Amino acid sequence: MGEPLLELRDMTVTYHTGRGPVPAVRGVDLVVDTGQTVGLAGESGCGKSTVALAVLRLLPTTARLGGKVLLNGEDVVAMKWGRLRAVRWASASVVFQGAMHALNPVRPVGEQLAEPILLHGGAGANTVSSRVGDLLEQVGLPARRARAYPHELSGGQRQRVMIAMALACDPQLIIADEPTTALDVMVQAQVLDLVSRLVSELGIGLMMISHDLSVLASTCQRLAVMYAGRIIEQGPARQVLQAPAHPYTKALSAAFPTIGDPESRLAPRGLPGDPPDPSALPPGCPFHPRCPSAFADCVDTDVALRPVDTGRSAACLLEVRP
Amino acid sequence: MTALLRADQLTVRYHTRGGSAARAIDGVNLDITAGEIIALVGESGCGKTTLARTLLGLQRPTSGTVLYEGKPLATSVRGLREYRRKAQLVLQDPTGALNPRHTVYEAVAEGLRIHRVPGDERELVTEALSRAGLRPPERFFGMVPHELSGGQRQRVVIAGALALRPSVLIADEPVASLDASVRGEILALLLRLRDELGLAALVVTHDLGLAWNIADRVAVMYLGRIVEIGPVEQVLTAPQHPYTRALLSVLPESGRPAVVLTGETPDPTCVPAGCRFHPRCPLLASGVDDETGRRCRSVDLPVLDGDHRSAVACHAVGG
Repeated sequence: MGEPLLELRDMTVTYHTGRGPVPAVRGVDLVVDTGQTVGLAGESGCGKSTVALAVLRLLPTTARLGGKVLLNGEDVVAMKWGRLRAVRWASASVVFQGAMHALNPVRPVGEQLAEPILLHGGAGANTVSSRVGDLLEQVGLPARRARAYPHELSGGQRQRVMIAMALACDPQLIIADEPTTALDVMVQAQVLDLVSRLVSELGIGLMMISHDLSVLASTCQRLAVMYAGRIIEQGPARQVLQAPAHPYTKALSAAFPTIGDPESRLAPRGLPGDPPDPSALPPGCPFHPRCPSAFADCVDTDVALRPVDTGRSAACLLEVRP
Repeated sequence: MTALLRADQLTVRYHTRGGSAARAIDGVNLDITAGEIIALVGESGCGKTTLARTLLGLQRPTSGTVLYEGKPLATSVRGLREYRRKAQLVLQDPTGALNPRHTVYEAVAEGLRIHRVPGDERELVTEALSRAGLRPPERFFGMVPHELSGGQRQRVVIAGALALRPSVLIADEPVASLDASVRGEILALLLRLRDELGLAALVVTHDLGLAWNIADRVAVMYLGRIVEIGPVEQVLTAPQHPYTRALLSVLPESGRPAVVLTGETPDPTCVPAGCRFHPRCPLLASGVDDETGRRCRSVDLPVLDGDHRSAVACHAVGG
């Protein structure tokens, strides 16, 4: 097998603000192969959305991107503008959270779907409308809905339009940032079904970002959990969810109870404290102030990600002690 | 045992521009007993938020009554003032609920001033903050919302409600905008307040895991009506109504084959005849006997009682 579809090597992102530099992503290594689905989990402020934006260099100008982002072996960080414009949409595309705000309210959705196709020369003006119709049908909407304005569609339908748009230029990689967060359970199930079906039918790679571990585990093969700008655990999705190695992953998976599990009945479990401020990270393991199993060494040892099992790794001193 | 708060044959209709009325609540009975936590679950547009607003006296019912301690709610602003102290609202987004320029102290003291609560204001604010888990309370007095995390902001909102010594909290998606690790802490706080103060709560949510975590009873709403109600253990582990079953089956960890309903929640301006769920019902689609099928399509179901018995509104499974 050749080079992976997407490879992040020691990726760093620092936002330069009025109050000094804020390291949002502090060295992330991640691989997505063709046809593979990878979930990235974590809470707000952990840097997961910054990772998504950085892959296509969509970051604001105050951000500095470091390390390597290899898309089909080509480094996105070093790309010229023209090349970058060609790569966006055509090689990789992004589905953002809250589709209702990402669509232009005064233009029919079909016109908006046609835009990336025309810009990237995917089709002539006469074949565009049939391509738009195909795309809509691919995501389970009738082709005539191309004439609808965003306000005439429900939240789930608008999210389908966003997915259709991401597919418009036949990308090999789709990055979905919280694609179902604002949706109802039933609509969420419909959208997740659709995403899984498209990924397996079209053989594209998927990087899905969410705060909900169980959603990721049901859609993705591999799972990476981020905390304070780093991946602190990764491995096969089922294993990470069912037998988490890192105390933070344990807390995260316990936060969404399994219905029928007597242990969580009338016993909601959370973590005391709040996620750390990226501009003032605690020394040692950044999780130690909230960690229920922290011991003396955690305060001054910054642990790197190490293998704990086949295909699994975790950044925790408990896992590396003999 | 009489209910602390009761909805009796409640309906709310909204008039739309097209002239047709949206039946947001189409007959609901619900009893909330002192110290009880009820989860009201359903998809967006099913009327759960309208029901919460009506119970708070923020929306006048088209017909039916809301009773607090056995007495119907007053309709005048003055008459509602005392009730509004007893029933407090906690919203989904604490950032929107707090004035960004008011300090934590001001946010909590505002309700005390409006209701002219007797006693030392500083002492009451301190106690409310501390009950809501913001300790030491004095440290938070001078802070403004942007200096607090999302979880702390929600605690300030809850403290503002607690300062008035309410007997019931109505919480609309209280943790939906919070991080996973903070969510458990806020839910644990609601449970603790029930144990320490005997506070009743109606938690409006689309999250069935939340119901499993904290509620005693759960009511499932579909298109303006409660379609299944009962103790959490019973409804969530042995659901009867096909809609409840479908909702549970699509949870990622359910372990049952997922029954994904097609389409979105239908429109309350045109509620289907017969059972309101029949156009999407997987049970009807998979085949029931002719007589039941006829009833599903043409006979409306009675409104369920809101008391402590479990009940289900379905022609095919209901007894």
